[in-house]
Amino acid sequence: MRKRKFDLNALPAAAGNEIDDRLHAATPLRKLMNKVFPDHWSFLLGEVALWSFVILLLTGTFLTLFFDPSMEETVYNGSYTPLRGVSMSRAFASSLDISFDVRGGLFMRQMHHWAALLFVAGIIVHMFRTFFTGAFRKPRELNWIVGLLLFWIAIFEGLFGYSLPDDALSGTGLRIMNAIVLSIPVIGSWIAFAGFGSEFPGTEIIPRFYTLHILLLPALLVGLVTVHLVLLLLQKHAQWPGPGRTNYNVVGERMVPRYASKMGAFFLINFAVIAIMSGLFQINPIWIFGPYKAAVVSAGSQPDWYVMFLDGSARLFPAWEIRAFGYTLPPIFWPAVVLPGILTVLPMIYPFIEARRLKDRRVHNLLQRPRDVPNRTALGVMAIAFYVVLVLSGGNDIIADQFSISLNATTWAGRIGLLLGPPIAYWVTYRICLGLQQHDREVLVHGVETGIIRRLPDGRFMEVHQPLGPTDEHGHGQLEYAGWAVPKKMNRLGALVPTVKGFFFPVERPSRTPIGNGGRPVSTGPQGQRELEEAERPR
Amino acid sequence: MSTIGSERSHTAGAGDTAHHSGGQPDIDVHDPSLSRFELVREGARRDGVEIVHYAPRFPIPGTKAERRIERTIALLFLLTGVAGLAFVVIFVAMRFAYTPGTNSAKLFTPLLGVTFGVALLTLGAGIIMWAKKLLPEEVAVEKRHLGGSPPDDKKIMGAQLGHIAEETAISRRPLLKGALLLGLAPVGVAAVVLPIAPLIKDPHGRGDPLLHTGFDPEYNNGNPVRLVREDGTGIRPDDVSAGGQMTVYPGIPHGATNFWADSPTLLIHLREADAAVARSNLARIPLNAPTPDNPDGGMWQNFIAYSKICTHLGCPASLYEQQTNRLLCPCHQSQFLITDNAKPIFGPATRRLPMLPITVDDDGFFVARSDYQVPIGPAFWERS
Ligand code: FES
Repeated sequence: MRKRKFDLNALPAAAGNEIDDRLHAATPLRKLMNKVFPDHWSFLLGEVALWSFVILLLTGTFLTLFFDPSMEETVYNGSYTPLRGVSMSRAFASSLDISFDVRGGLFMRQMHHWAALLFVAGIIVHMFRTFFTGAFRKPRELNWIVGLLLFWIAIFEGLFGYSLPDDALSGTGLRIMNAIVLSIPVIGSWIAFAGFGSEFPGTEIIPRFYTLHILLLPALLVGLVTVHLVLLLLQKHAQWPGPGRTNYNVVGERMVPRYASKMGAFFLINFAVIAIMSGLFQINPIWIFGPYKAAVVSAGSQPDWYVMFLDGSARLFPAWEIRAFGYTLPPIFWPAVVLPGILTVLPMIYPFIEARRLKDRRVHNLLQRPRDVPNRTALGVMAIAFYVVLVLSGGNDIIADQFSISLNATTWAGRIGLLLGPPIAYWVTYRICLGLQQHDREVLVHGVETGIIRRLPDGRFMEVHQPLGPTDEHGHGQLEYAGWAVPKKMNRLGALVPTVKGFFFPVERPSRTPIGNGGRPVSTGPQGQRELEEAERPR
Repeated sequence: MSTIGSERSHTAGAGDTAHHSGGQPDIDVHDPSLSRFELVREGARRDGVEIVHYAPRFPIPGTKAERRIERTIALLFLLTGVAGLAFVVIFVAMRFAYTPGTNSAKLFTPLLGVTFGVALLTLGAGIIMWAKKLLPEEVAVEKRHLGGSPPDDKKIMGAQLGHIAEETAISRRPLLKGALLLGLAPVGVAAVVLPIAPLIKDPHGRGDPLLHTGFDPEYNNGNPVRLVREDGTGIRPDDVSAGGQMTVYPGIPHGATNFWADSPTLLIHLREADAAVARSNLARIPLNAPTPDNPDGGMWQNFIAYSKICTHLGCPASLYEQQTNRLLCPCHQSQFLITDNAKPIFGPATRRLPMLPITVDDDGFFVARSDYQVPIGPAFWERS
């Protein structure tokens, strides 16, 4: 039998042919690889969330191999000596084993927790980006809603995961959840008993949360993330306005290799940051909290940061209980059930409210600078102010303790702040937006300040302005505002040496004006000369 | 070839705006004189993408600047290897089991984090540098189609959907419609009921757990339940000094475990003066008030016992401020005045902490005279 000659160089092409014969993939694959993505740092925020989610799936799968979601009592006998001989649930004991007896288990646990915090944080900043730049407008309303669903599922996913180890903090959290459910009118106690299987705490809740945490919610998250990304691919990424960019195109780099390799590298860096944080910064040290005991709680116990706003709202809401006809509506119903309900629905319908208000039915693929939409920006900042007051109030005991303020005073400050803060934030933001807009227009009309003062023959002084483009007979610039950054310094125009960026501090070296020809800035030929003279005309 | 051709006509058909790519006919991709890049550009064009700018970062290959970047990237990748190796060695070889005190085992996790992190960080940084500094720079413009599908396709789709409805002729066959609905309804109900029904439990079923705690004599064969410590030992009045307090549990099997999470109680020994105030306030609450056959009311001498479960959301209200006689719940800072039937005086809680009526039995141990007379802990709808 003759040996067939084996040509190594032809192998990829041959393999490619064989695959394509079966999958018919060349055309769609090329289309995918040629997809153009616009580049801007703010588009990376969503990736933080995406990659943290991938890390959560990886580390979470590892943890399931060792975690035992059982509330059966057992006596701890592992290597963490301070808790030896203490009776606790198997969930807590196996969490201790992961932390102390599984090689690398603590590292994995901490990565899982840090990644979870970063996941929610990534989602929130990504939503801010989407909101403030108007990326949620037609045709992307559906993806905005999918994103909001992802946000709420992520919060519940985090809440359930946090409850699993059955330590003193998470048990207290579970008890609070139980009380919140109990507060629902008419069917509250029925729902609580359906969930917990008996009076609090029972023995069902951790196994059930485990199923939700590792099966149901992750499946939902994976599904919705897929929908989110497919919609992104179909609708193409929105982009900032700029040279050559229109509503009808996408300007950027093709996906493979540039965009994809940057994305992959960003995943690695994201992973690296989480790994380093998990190595160096302890998080949720359950062995210090100890197992959950109904009678024990420590002061200063805080939930994970993303639930803190609910904790804050529970602290601030006044003691208004409604009792009538032998029935009770506990006050916690309003801040812990009604408020999150409003917070879920309102943002979901916001795109439609805004479009209706502006009678805007157009398709928008260009983003807006926040300053150009003062009303929306101010509304967003108002929401942030509301949120920040709630988060701070979630830690008001710590604030009171650290700054030696009376606890009651911080509660009242929170209550008043919650009412006054948002409107003030709205007004201030609105004014700032208008101011920024005005400054942009001013530079477009009058030119960039050059820092050169000239003395006119009649003795007056005036500053020389460099117009950005052609001017009319009054020396006013004729450029239209294009919805994008207006250069405001000479070195942004290329007329002067660029600013020096520092590593720790921005060292904007005062760029030396090349003086020498009568104090005129860089001579740009007769054209520039004329512009300068026109700019100097008294207005 | 035919698929590629149709692909092209698809992109060209759907609103072409680019300057010179749209009208161009397909070039012959088998033309041997075409460079590889020209093929790439043609592919992009067929996908509606125009590569408008494409230039190498270093027009002259092998300059010093280029080599310096290459060296930096290589260094980063080598660092990845070093850190990765360190990670593997530490992971496999280092002792990590918990030992009290300061020791090297405590460094296990930090070292894992740093080595793993550095390995990934350098790898990522190297790739980014490669993409940003060595790959030729490119600006590509992809066309975007505004609005929905082409009108033709919309029309066809509408016809197709209408045709499907027509084929089934659902509107023309009311019998089938009705039968289908009748058939589906129970299945739908089953689909909802099946997963939910097994979860439903009557919260006021056996023992009415929301209304009873472990101090109910029912759980102690009808005898009054002792107040015990966590280890199950009984408590005599001498065990708590004046001004002191103690967390107590029902003296029944497993009384101090989470199974009886509704039962933890705070037993407080008030100072003489405070006790007098507390006693005088008892009468304000009928349930706690002294009666002819029980002149002490809910208290026993200077001792008073309240549920430890906060009436707000159920945290243990455990911070007892001796000076002001306030009990503070650390969760949301509700404050209860011990000397006035534990009424809430600040914070979100709306209800008093229920009082456990106590006395001392013949052996000199504290017992509960009865269970709590109102449900303990957070309120709920049917709690009047
Ligand atoms: S649980 Fe006690 S104040 Fe909220």
